[in-house]
Amino acid sequence: MRKTLSCILILILVVGMAVSLSGCGQKVVINVYNWGEFMDETLIDEFEKQTGIGVNYKTYETNETLLAKLEAGGSSYDVVFPSDYAVSEMIKRDMLLPLDYSNIPNIKYIDERLRGQEYDPENKYSVPYFWGTVGILYNKDLVTDPVESWDILWNDKYKGQILMKKDVRDSIGVALIRLGYSVNTTNDAELEQAKQLLIQQSPLVNGYYGDEIRDLIANGDAALGVTYSGDFMDLYWEGIDNVGYAIPKEGSNIWYDCMVIPKSAKHKKEAEMFINFMLDPDVGFRNSEEVGYTSPNTEVIKRMQEEYPEVFELPAYWPDEEALSKGEVYVDLGDYKAKYNDILTEVLAQ
Amino acid sequence: MMKVAKKIYMGLLYLFLYAPIIVLIVFSFNESKSRGHWGGFTLKWYAELFRDRQIREALYYTLLVAVLSTVISTIVGTLAALGIHNMSKLGRTVVLNINNLPVLNPDIVTGVALMTLFISMGLELGLVTMLIAHVVFSIPYVILSVLPKLRQLNKHTAEAALDLGATPSYALRKVILPEIMPGIVSGALMAFTLSIDDFVISFFTAGTEATNLSILIYSMAKRGVKPTINALSTLMFITIVVLMLIINKKSDKGENLLL
Amino acid sequence: MNKKLRLLAYPYSVWMGIFIVIPLFLILVYSVTTGDIHDASSLKLSGESYKKVLEPIYLNIIKDSFVLAAASTLICLLLGYPAAMIISNTNIKYRGLVLVFFIVPIWMNFLLRTYAWMSLLSPNGFLNRFLMWLGLPKLELMPGQGAVLVGMVYNFLPFMVLPIYTVLSKIDKNVLEAASDLGGNKIVTFFRVVLPLSVPGVVSGITMVFMPAVSTFIISGLLGGSKTPLIGDLIEQQFISSRNWHFGSALSIILMVMILISMAIMSRIDQNNAQEGRKV
Repeated sequence: MRKTLSCILILILVVGMAVSLSGCGQKVVINVYNWGEFMDETLIDEFEKQTGIGVNYKTYETNETLLAKLEAGGSSYDVVFPSDYAVSEMIKRDMLLPLDYSNIPNIKYIDERLRGQEYDPENKYSVPYFWGTVGILYNKDLVTDPVESWDILWNDKYKGQILMKKDVRDSIGVALIRLGYSVNTTNDAELEQAKQLLIQQSPLVNGYYGDEIRDLIANGDAALGVTYSGDFMDLYWEGIDNVGYAIPKEGSNIWYDCMVIPKSAKHKKEAEMFINFMLDPDVGFRNSEEVGYTSPNTEVIKRMQEEYPEVFELPAYWPDEEALSKGEVYVDLGDYKAKYNDILTEVLAQ
Repeated sequence: MMKVAKKIYMGLLYLFLYAPIIVLIVFSFNESKSRGHWGGFTLKWYAELFRDRQIREALYYTLLVAVLSTVISTIVGTLAALGIHNMSKLGRTVVLNINNLPVLNPDIVTGVALMTLFISMGLELGLVTMLIAHVVFSIPYVILSVLPKLRQLNKHTAEAALDLGATPSYALRKVILPEIMPGIVSGALMAFTLSIDDFVISFFTAGTEATNLSILIYSMAKRGVKPTINALSTLMFITIVVLMLIINKKSDKGENLLL
Repeated sequence: MNKKLRLLAYPYSVWMGIFIVIPLFLILVYSVTTGDIHDASSLKLSGESYKKVLEPIYLNIIKDSFVLAAASTLICLLLGYPAAMIISNTNIKYRGLVLVFFIVPIWMNFLLRTYAWMSLLSPNGFLNRFLMWLGLPKLELMPGQGAVLVGMVYNFLPFMVLPIYTVLSKIDKNVLEAASDLGGNKIVTFFRVVLPLSVPGVVSGITMVFMPAVSTFIISGLLGGSKTPLIGDLIEQQFISSRNWHFGSALSIILMVMILISMAIMSRIDQNNAQEGRKV
C-alpha cells in the first residue's frame, strides 16, 4: 500500500510539473474569469500565439458567485464577464476600471442599438459579449395552446406542468411584467402585488429551478417554463425540435453578458487587448458559432446571416423590433434587493 | 436461506448506489449534450477529453489536493484522536465539540469564514489555501472514525506492553495502531471522499492559480454539464475498479491492504 | 503513557483555534452586527438578524430541515446497520473490496450524481419508463420530498456504514460464542451483546450523517424543485445571491446551537449505553 501510494504521489507531482511548466515563462499572464462553457477555448490559444500574452482561463457559474469572489479580494482578475445588473452594481460600488477605447478599436463593430443601455449608459466600463431575452420555453407535444402571453403560466390547465426560475430577478420580473410594472421597481405596493401573484401561482408550479429547466422541458418532464433565449438556442443547435420559445407580447427582460475589467486587474492594457481580440469579426464569428448565443457584433451577425439564415427566423435568436422596444434591462437595486430576496423565499416556502 | 437473503439485500443496496453511476456512464456516450435527449452513440467526448486543457489542469489539482489532504489529515487526525482519547472528560467534551463544528456547519459558512480568515492574514488565495481548507474539514471526520476504535481498545493491552518493557512509541506502533487501523483507514477514505467531492469550500478558498474538477463542473451548470465530464468520470471509475481488483488480487490476505 | 499521549491533542487544539474557532468567531461577529462586511469600521452592533431568524417562515424552514435530516439519518441507520453487519461477516479476503465499493460512487462528482438522480426520478425518467414498461403505474417522486430523501440517503449512507462496520469488525468473536454457549439465541445475542457493543460506531455514524444532513443544499433544489427550501439552501442564498452575511451568519449560529444541543442529547444516550455495555 505504501509503495502504491508513493507511486501515485510521484506520478501526480510529475504530471503537475509538466502541466505548470507548459504555462510558465517570463511573459505577462492575464487572469480571465468567464461563465463555464461560454467561449471557444481554441481562441485562447490563438490569442496567446498572436500576442505572446499568457491566459489563465477559469470559470464560474453565476453573477452572484463572481461578485462574492471579487468583493472578497485575495486574488486578481483581469477580464470578467458579468451580466447587466451585476455590471451596474459593480459600477455603483466602484469595483471596475474605465475602459480605454484607444486600445479597443474593434468597439466600432458593436451594434449601435445595443450600446448605452441603462446599466452602463456610456459603455464607460463594459462591452457587450452576448445578449438575449427571457421568455417561455415549451414542449410542443404538451402545450397545444398558442404561447403568446405570460398569462399561460397562470393557466390551471397546466397545473403541475409549469417551471419557474429560482432566480430572484427572473421570477419576480415575470410577475412584474405581467402586472405592467417595471422589472426594476422599488415601489412596495407594486412588489406586494407581484408577490401575491406568485403565491397564487405556486400551486400550479411543478418546481423552481435554475438552468435545469431546459432539459426538463425537452425531456417532457414539464410542459413549459421561464428560460433564457440561450437555453432554447442550445437545444436548437442540438437538433432538438420538440420545443418552442416565445417572447410574450407584454414584453420581457433583455439581458447582456458583458466584458469588464475589475479594479484588482494587474494588466489593464493586456486585458483591453483581450477584449479587442474577442470583438474581432473573425474571432467573434467562431466564438458565436461555438457558443450559439446572439452576438452584439454587426460583422458577426452579417456572417451569421450568410451561413445560418434560418436562425434569424427564431425569436430566441433574433427578437423582432417590437420585442426589442418592449424589452427592459435589469439594473442594480441597491439595498432594495433584500426585499426581492425575501419575497422569493416566501414564495418558495408556500 | 439467510445467505441468499443477505446477498439479495447487498445486491439491492449496490443497485441503489450504482444506478446513478450507470446513468452517468450511459450519458458519456450520448451524442447530444442535453440530458433529456438521446442523440445516438458516440465516442467523441472521450476524444475531446484529451484535448481539454481546463479539464487536465482541474483533474491534476483535484488529485493533488485530495491525496495531500488525505495524508495530512489522516496523520494529524489519528494523533489528535489519541490525545483526545486520553484527555480528561471535560477537556474531551470541549475539544470534540469544537472538532464537530466543521462537520455541522454548512459548507458555505466554513468556506466564507476561511476565505475571510486567509485574506485578513494577507495570504493570496491559491493552492495552499485550498489545501489548508481541505485539511480543516477532513480532520474532524478522521477523529470521529478513530475515536470509537480507541474506546473499544482494551486499556490493559497497552499497559501490559509497557510493563513488559516496550517503549511508548513501540507500544503505539505495535499494539495500539494495529488495533485502531480499521478506524484510521475508514477515516482516510472519508477524508479522500470529502476532498474529491468538495465544491463550495474549494470555490471560496481557491484563487486564480488553482481550480478543481468540482469548481469546473459547477461552472458548467449554466450551459449544461458537458458529456466530456461524464467521459472523465467513466474513465476514473474504471481506473478505480481495476486498481481495487488488482490490489485485492495481489494480496492473499486482502485485509492488510485495504483494512 | 496516558499523560504523554494527551500531549498529542495540543498541536491540534492550536490548529482548531486558528482554523475553526477564529473563523467561527468571525461568523459570530457578523451575526450580531450590521454594516459593510468588508469594512470593519462600518460594523454596528445589532440584534436585527436574530430577530429575523425568529420569524415563523424561517423557523418553519429550520423545522423542515431537522425533520428531513432526522428521517434520512434514520433510514441510513436502518439500511446501513445490516449492511455493516453483513460486511463484517464477509470472508476477510473480499471484505475490503465490498467496503470500498460502498464509497466509490461518492467519488464521482456530487452535481453529476444529483443530475443522474434527476434523470432517474423525473416524471419521464428512467425509473418511470421502466415501471411503465412493466405495466406498473408511474411514481410521482420528483419534484418532492420523497426524491429529496432519496438523494440525501444516497449521499450519506456510506458515512453511516463505515463507522458501524469498523466497530463491528472488532467485536471479539469469543464474546459472541460465549453468548450462544450460554443459550442466547441469535436475536437475543444481537440485542443484548452486539448492539450495545456497537453503540460507539452507531453514534459516530449518526453524527456524521445527521450533522451534514441538516445543512445539506442543492439536493432540495434539484430533486425537490426548491419547493421545500432547507436551511442549507437558505444560508447559501444569504452568502451568495442575497449577500446578506449578517443574516446568513445568524442563521448558521442558530443552526449550530440547535445541532449541538441535539448532539449533546445523543451523547448522553451514548454514555448511558456505554455503561450498560460494560455491564454486559
